[in-house]
Amino acid sequence: MFDGYTSSELMSIFAMQGFAGLSLFSVFVLMAMGLAIIFGQMGVINMAHGEFMILGAYTTYLTSGFFQSYLPGLFGGYFLVAMVLAFLICAALGALVEWLMIRHLYHRPLDTLLATWGLSLIMQQAYRSIFGAREVGVELPDWMMGAFQVTDLVELPINGLFVMIIALSIAVGVYLLMYRSGYGKKVRAVVQNRPMAEAVGINSAGIDRATFALGCGIAGIAGAAFTMIGSTGPSSGQAYIVDTFLVVVFGGAQSLIGTIVSAFGISQAQSTMEFFLSGSMAKVLTLLVVVGILMLRPEGLIALKVRR
Amino acid sequence: MKTPSVLNWFTSREGLYYLALAALLLVILPLALDPFRLNMVGKYLTYAFVAIGLVMCWGKAGILSLGQGVFFGLGGYCMAMFLKLEASTPEATAIQSTPGIPDFMDWNQLTELPWFWEPFHSFSFTLIAVIGVPMLLAFAIGLAMFTRRVGGVYFAIITQAIAAILTILIIGQQGYTGGVNGITDLQTLMGWDIRTDAAKTTLYFVCVGMLFLSLFVARLVQNRKLGRILVAMNAQENRVRFSGYDVAAFKIFVFCLAAAFAGIGGALFTLIVGFMSPSFIGIVASIEMVIFCALGGRLSILGAVYGALLVNAAKSGFSESFPELWPFAMGALFIGVVLAFPNGLAGLYQSYVMPLEERLFKRKPKVAKPEPIPEARKPATVETRERDYDPMIDHYSPEKS
Repeated sequence: MFDGYTSSELMSIFAMQGFAGLSLFSVFVLMAMGLAIIFGQMGVINMAHGEFMILGAYTTYLTSGFFQSYLPGLFGGYFLVAMVLAFLICAALGALVEWLMIRHLYHRPLDTLLATWGLSLIMQQAYRSIFGAREVGVELPDWMMGAFQVTDLVELPINGLFVMIIALSIAVGVYLLMYRSGYGKKVRAVVQNRPMAEAVGINSAGIDRATFALGCGIAGIAGAAFTMIGSTGPSSGQAYIVDTFLVVVFGGAQSLIGTIVSAFGISQAQSTMEFFLSGSMAKVLTLLVVVGILMLRPEGLIALKVRR
Repeated sequence: MKTPSVLNWFTSREGLYYLALAALLLVILPLALDPFRLNMVGKYLTYAFVAIGLVMCWGKAGILSLGQGVFFGLGGYCMAMFLKLEASTPEATAIQSTPGIPDFMDWNQLTELPWFWEPFHSFSFTLIAVIGVPMLLAFAIGLAMFTRRVGGVYFAIITQAIAAILTILIIGQQGYTGGVNGITDLQTLMGWDIRTDAAKTTLYFVCVGMLFLSLFVARLVQNRKLGRILVAMNAQENRVRFSGYDVAAFKIFVFCLAAAFAGIGGALFTLIVGFMSPSFIGIVASIEMVIFCALGGRLSILGAVYGALLVNAAKSGFSESFPELWPFAMGALFIGVVLAFPNGLAGLYQSYVMPLEERLFKRKPKVAKPEPIPEARKPATVETRERDYDPMIDHYSPEKS
């Protein structure tokens, strides 16, 4: 597949595709962070994660419409408001879902998968009924248009860069929350030994609800960020859900660093191969390699060594 | 427990259930429905094969595969390739730039039949492939996963990824597979026109016959020691392992069995519907197949048949009159089945209708022998309940389900 390219050409191709892959990387990181919290810490598979993300995207769409008609002067800053709103709405819905559904299913992880799949079907159809089947997009504020010229071959669009910064700051934020805060300590205590954590006075049901809500809220922020780089339709969440689960599992479910590493690896592999093969073949090859490695290392790339 | 002799079997309650299903499928439906509707029922029944396999592998053994569509599709595509080759004789495709190859290959500038299409000229090879190809893939996946003790959620996600891979591959390789349209315009099976009403009715009865054969095999497995080891494995995998059983081998076996059922279902689907396309085998389709099994009752092979029939009939009914409502109904079904009645219709039947029946049938002296079902089933339900609430199991460890 490398025939007919000189080594310097190959280098610039890799650099170019590497930069292109960075936007896929931020998509993966944004989606996978929420999933990794819920799946890695609670063992719950949330198939409706994509739909929570779309909820965030639609919230951003509505906020931008609101600013455009009522507060045109502040339009440049609507995104910050939208992001907070998206987080709050998704987290609230997440807490509700946890209360109605998930808490009854904690000892049946495979059933959470089916139940949340049902939830995702309902949410998708609800979007279709409310917003229509067509994709919607938001208008970008002026400061987000344009691109940085890095070299004469490579230029970085500002909105892509912005999404990347959001992705990385969420990753850092989640890391700090999980490993440097009292809440994170409680979450990890519950994950490792629930009865013991309860015995020392941790409200494990409350921790579960907060964690699920947090994961859903992060999905909302992810959705808000996605409106910056693409349009949103009722079923766009489902398109990513399998990839993202693979990212989380591949990285090692309980390791946030692993999630980032695997998101980077998968997005770069796919983007680089896309140049040489067709898009679908690149995806097939990437998924095959991931599945193959998972068969050899079922615990994921970076497995937490925990005594069970 | 010994299997009851043939005669006793017909008076036993389980026998009556099978008779009732046979009466429904062989007498009532063919008399009540016109050939078009009967053909639709036949299509639903092909999904029942997948659901029976899922009962064996998910309900009994606790292995949830979200990629049964892959096996269904492989069986279906094998059959479709044979039928397509039969429909693409050089005479029939004389207007193409290269006659003798399927039309979609010609549209995609292929001038030669790909090597993996060649064996499908032979009907006997196709029949073997319909079962063999899904089983081989299942064996390969099972060998890689179960010997390394990958299970539960991880297995589900990986099978889902495999479903995604197959769909992308089929859609991407248009010249070899017919792409997103699938393999269409299938006409004859060994010179027998499958598009006529008479042929469709015949195919329906073939499908019912195969279904009963599959039910028989599944029942054979579940009532032997083998079936009980599967159930035990689901409840307490390590205790089974420490008792000296090769857990991986049993898992691979039941996964292959489920794949074989799905493959047969897929092949019949192609025959009954007249084409095969990737939309029947992807992630969404695969997860829907799980709900057929869950609605009917994940522990009951007969329940799976009714589940497949009911969900599909509801789907056709709903989407004909209220296309908007179907996704809501389907979503509610997923949530309701999981939350409210995890053992599905069969579970409801067992806990509500059966005690009633018991009271009614008590006066009947005909049932002299002790009934085999409660004995055969009770361990299964009790053990699964135990699994749900057993504090001994570490529910939060990822390699367990």
